[in-house]
Amino acid sequence: MAGPEAGARGDIATRWVELVVALLFVLAGAIVIVDSLRVGITWAEDGPRAGYFPFYIGCLLTFAGLYVTVETLLRWKKIDTTFVTRDRLKPVLLMLFPSIAFVVLIAWLGIYVASFLYIGAFMLWQGKYGWLPALGVSAGLPIVLFLVFEKWFLVPLPKGPIEHLLGF
Amino acid sequence: MEDVGNLMHGFAVALTWKNLLFMLVGILLGVLIGVLPGLGGANGVAILLPLTFTMSPTSAIIMLSCIYWGALFGGAITSILFNIPGEPWSVATTFDGYPMAQQGRAAEAMTAAFTSSFVGAFFAVVMITFLAPLIAKFALRFGPPEFFAVQLLTFCSFVGMGREPPIKTIASMMLGFALAAVGLDTVTGQLRMTFGFTPLLQGFDFLIAVIGLFGLGEILITMEEGLAFKGKGGRINPAIVLQTWKQLPQYWATSLRAILIGCWMGITPGGATPASFMSYGMAKRMSKNGAKFGEGQIEGVIAPETAAHAAGTSALLPMLTLGIPGSPTAAVLLGGLLIWGLQPGPLLFVEKPDFVWGLIASMYLGNIAGLIIVLTTVPWWAAILRIPFAIIAPVIVVICAIGAYTVHNNMFDVYMMVVFGVLGYLFKKLKYPLAPLVLALVLGDMAETAFRQSMLLSKGQIGIFWSNPLVGSIVTLALVLLAWPLVSRVIAALRTKPPSRPVGADVS
Repeated sequence: MAGPEAGARGDIATRWVELVVALLFVLAGAIVIVDSLRVGITWAEDGPRAGYFPFYIGCLLTFAGLYVTVETLLRWKKIDTTFVTRDRLKPVLLMLFPSIAFVVLIAWLGIYVASFLYIGAFMLWQGKYGWLPALGVSAGLPIVLFLVFEKWFLVPLPKGPIEHLLGF
Repeated sequence: MEDVGNLMHGFAVALTWKNLLFMLVGILLGVLIGVLPGLGGANGVAILLPLTFTMSPTSAIIMLSCIYWGALFGGAITSILFNIPGEPWSVATTFDGYPMAQQGRAAEAMTAAFTSSFVGAFFAVVMITFLAPLIAKFALRFGPPEFFAVQLLTFCSFVGMGREPPIKTIASMMLGFALAAVGLDTVTGQLRMTFGFTPLLQGFDFLIAVIGLFGLGEILITMEEGLAFKGKGGRINPAIVLQTWKQLPQYWATSLRAILIGCWMGITPGGATPASFMSYGMAKRMSKNGAKFGEGQIEGVIAPETAAHAAGTSALLPMLTLGIPGSPTAAVLLGGLLIWGLQPGPLLFVEKPDFVWGLIASMYLGNIAGLIIVLTTVPWWAAILRIPFAIIAPVIVVICAIGAYTVHNNMFDVYMMVVFGVLGYLFKKLKYPLAPLVLALVLGDMAETAFRQSMLLSKGQIGIFWSNPLVGSIVTLALVLLAWPLVSRVIAALRTKPPSRPVGADVS
């Protein structure tokens, strides 16, 4: 989504990100206003209705979003900075996507197995570690976590089929 | 003298073996959190909060506040040795701290940093000891309009004193209020902004937001910057410590200014980060060595560290006395108090004196213990930083996920944590401040209730906020602060107009 003038190919220009985030603020503000109108922003017999306070919040949120939008558009040519270059975006996404996969895996496999896979995979591919250190850290941490949370502090964490097989 | 008696009683509460142990554990965990990227005071305390549910509230708050002190100390280590601020408030410490380390004066810089942190915190605690009971007594007479006025002041001071663009501060703050409004409206019992989606019934918990924004968001930024931890060795020996201590008294004026800036910025929620920058700038302007700042001046370490710690500590004053936190970490501690069934505010001093004075006493003890611990364990922490990021990053994400899950034992919260993480990355890069968002999310319900009650009292007349001198002056002060960026811009424009070219515009 980079503009034509933005640095090297694939670099993301700051103004586009600025614009999109500002419009998201406007959208969020609009949602708040619409929902406040739904529950009522006026005065009932016993006092203000539920939308009375959030309505003004929504108005200010929309105003702030519009302000940044207009400001960005007015200074469009002047904002020629790069938000993130392509080769710096890569490590960010290589962090973000595995983390999303990890979070999704928690629901299926429980947090211990998911952590084992996530840390192990991360160390093998990103850190270029050998099998042994990767296995050590990725298996060691869940065991420590298990002892701290389930045994010591008695805080249950999400568990999956493997833990159930082991009788937890 | 009543306060001194109360404080002594507090020491008796805090000085049990169990509490001392929690204090020690808290400080060690805190320094660890402060040293690691992606874990900081706010989200570190948020993640560890669920672990304290089984403890007594006094032990729990002692441990959590010690984590906070530890994190404040820990931030300085990475700034000086690695030129990487572990915490936002230690950014200013890198300016002179890292050059000192490059010149082989790391031990001197760290001793100065830790000692001035301690001095800043100590004076702030003394201030809390004597001011807190007075403010609490005074605030007992507050009604809903006064409470709303104080909250308005809190939020307006973010706009007026923040370093970020004012309009972005407002945007981020309003987003916090909007998220706080999601869920069940406690007054009318109506559902707001849930759109029939069940997980939203409970609303957004600010702990989840804190863990995502400051945790995953920070990790993503660190990944982008591709930091390699190449640092100086950090060995401290007693001779250098004593030698540095001998030098420090001659900078008393710098310290005093830093303490005043820090206390002021902590009570009005400017927070530790702007306080450290302001103090650094002030020291640079006032010092006769001002021109040499940035090349490794010890004053350049003393000023920001003293102010950051004074601000971080005094942020607890409005939290305890009014129930209004002065910083995101204070907000998390406030959240903890609410979970343990303690309502922070003036009544806390009347109803739970043991708890309040135990906490204040633990601030004295925690800071003394913190100073000794960091001075003796620095090389160890420096070694932790040499662990490659490919190991630390996924481990921190796992810890954040666990922290988010344990708040309500809810998977939806973990997904939200990731969303907040992405938001944190974007906001930070676009200069939307995160602290107002978090505080608005915490205080949203309270502010709304106070506003609605005020409106009920006055039957919808906004004039109630000027109905007596107290509330009137607070609201007016708040509005002045809100308009401050605009006013100062107008003044600056008027000043630079007459000469055709701006002369001596200092863009630093």
